[in-house]
Amino acid sequence: MTAQHVLCSDALSAGYGGTRIIDSVDLEVPAGRISVIVGANASGKSTLVKTLARLIAPQSGSVILDGVRIDRIPTKELARTLGLLPQQPVAPEGIVVADLVGRGRHPHQRMFRSWTAADDAAVAEALAATGVADLADRALDELSGGQRQRVWIAMALAQQTDVLLLDEPTTFLDLAHQLEVLDLLTDLNRRRGTTIVMVLHDINLAARYADHLFAVRAGRLVAQGNPHDVVTRELIAEVFQLDAMVVPDPVSGAPLVLPRGRHHVRPAVGRKGGSLEPATGS
Amino acid sequence: MTATIRDFARGTATTTPIEQVYVGRRRRRRRRVIAIAALGTATALLAAAMLMLGGTIYSPSEVLRVIAGQNVPGASFTVGVLRLPRTVTGLLAGVAFGVAGTTFQRMLRNPLASPDVIGISSGASAAAILSLVVLGWDQTPTMLFALMAGILTAGAIYLAARGGESAGGRLVLIGIGIGAMLESVVSYLLLRANQWDLLTAARWLSGSLNGASWDQAGPLGVAVVVLLPVVIALSRDLSVLELGDASATALGVRVGRVRLTLVLSAVALACFATATTGPIAFVAFLAGPIATRITGAGGSPVLPAALTGGCLVLAADLLGQYAFDTRFPVGVITGILGAPYLLYLLIRTSRRGGSS
Repeated sequence: MTAQHVLCSDALSAGYGGTRIIDSVDLEVPAGRISVIVGANASGKSTLVKTLARLIAPQSGSVILDGVRIDRIPTKELARTLGLLPQQPVAPEGIVVADLVGRGRHPHQRMFRSWTAADDAAVAEALAATGVADLADRALDELSGGQRQRVWIAMALAQQTDVLLLDEPTTFLDLAHQLEVLDLLTDLNRRRGTTIVMVLHDINLAARYADHLFAVRAGRLVAQGNPHDVVTRELIAEVFQLDAMVVPDPVSGAPLVLPRGRHHVRPAVGRKGGSLEPATGS
Repeated sequence: MTATIRDFARGTATTTPIEQVYVGRRRRRRRRVIAIAALGTATALLAAAMLMLGGTIYSPSEVLRVIAGQNVPGASFTVGVLRLPRTVTGLLAGVAFGVAGTTFQRMLRNPLASPDVIGISSGASAAAILSLVVLGWDQTPTMLFALMAGILTAGAIYLAARGGESAGGRLVLIGIGIGAMLESVVSYLLLRANQWDLLTAARWLSGSLNGASWDQAGPLGVAVVVLLPVVIALSRDLSVLELGDASATALGVRVGRVRLTLVLSAVALACFATATTGPIAFVAFLAGPIATRITGAGGSPVLPAALTGGCLVLAADLLGQYAFDTRFPVGVITGILGAPYLLYLLIRTSRRGGSS
């Protein structure tokens, strides 16, 4: 479980149809750490994680796992090393939680091999790790949004991959459930050494939970590194087109971004970078 | 790990997540096995009733002797030449429709996306009518022609609905539209048909087992024997494909290849059955949801839907033949059963669409 895999991209460009959404991205995911991809809306961060997970074929360049291009690795074999939780997964109507989590065992099963004790153990471990063991026999439809997201993460855990990619795992969750999911992923990373790469919308949660940040703007990687080094006023201006103050987060010590909008700004800390455009996005 | 699980099975271990997972899975599996056995029994009983009942009622032993190839006066003709081909054709058509319907519904994650609702059966119907009524072709070329038309229809629907995130819903709407166009082609062909062909065509269009013969059952039988194992072999991939293309790819399914194989198999099953018996209304549409109700969600839907399809056709044909003063073709009965469910789904879908 603690094998270290090297996932990287080489001059990776991808998009839909003729349009190019990510452009010449070279990155190496730090093994055994939590990496977070941040960027504004439509910056290409979701496309980047989808391309890393082979959901989108590169237009040029490649994604490389342990020195081998991922399109050369049989997809089932790759699925035993590299897992992905999509942004909006869909579940069949009426499916029971344990059955859904069991689908995560698919890459470990062969066509005519029946379910094994190892599969049961993996499902049980995933349910316990995500705190949904007591919901095992409930229908997914009956659960709350936060519980459902934990079940989906359990399915990804049952896949037992050493690298796990997540596309905005905290969307649609309230703040408490967002922290719960991020704490859960941190547990997973610390206990099993799972390499985690996720897209997060919230720069402050990203700065708090990431060991390594990838900042994306207009399809290009503009900065990367430890949040303490990367999250600066200049970076926020570049990536989010936003004038902000960056202070140490009194709770975690991580950088905390305090955006300045057009309203509700005290004169004492008023706008310094007057040349910046007004705040856009959230 | 194996030893611990045996302990759980004996109930000698304390409750842990593994025990809970193991026990729950075994319970759902047992329900599923019992349900499939019950469906199989029901299919066998209905088939037996089809063979025994009629103008003259024959005993099970007489029916068995006919099936074994012995010469039984009277029964050899009535059972061997009339009832047996009718039963086998009905069963095969039910299996083919059931598997085709549930494959489409699961793959497109939409209970409305059955080949008889989204126009694929209409494409096969139009081709079959053209072949039978206008061109005067035989059974086998008619079937191949219907199959080609069904695949073309499926391709046209796919091309028109391509792209975008909610391809499933749009595909259903476009399919219903294309189906309506093809139904008008059928009406046009019927207007041009000779009067004596018209009756045959009309009965065929409502879905009928009248005049079923071994010649007809043969090609459909080959299709079912070849394609059912293909779909069953892919049923585990299908159960992952239900989670969406992204999850399926991440779980190691070759989405494009598996989907193409499943679509072609399902279209072929639906088209062969349609070319043989006519479009028996709503069997493809109903079999999967009824089977899931009986077996519970989770687990492969293919075999239960196949048996449910067979049961539906045989039961509807028995009702159509003997329950009323007039004999109704099997498709009339399944139509009466299926229409309310279609309405229910449409109302539910539009409510959900309105609220979100």
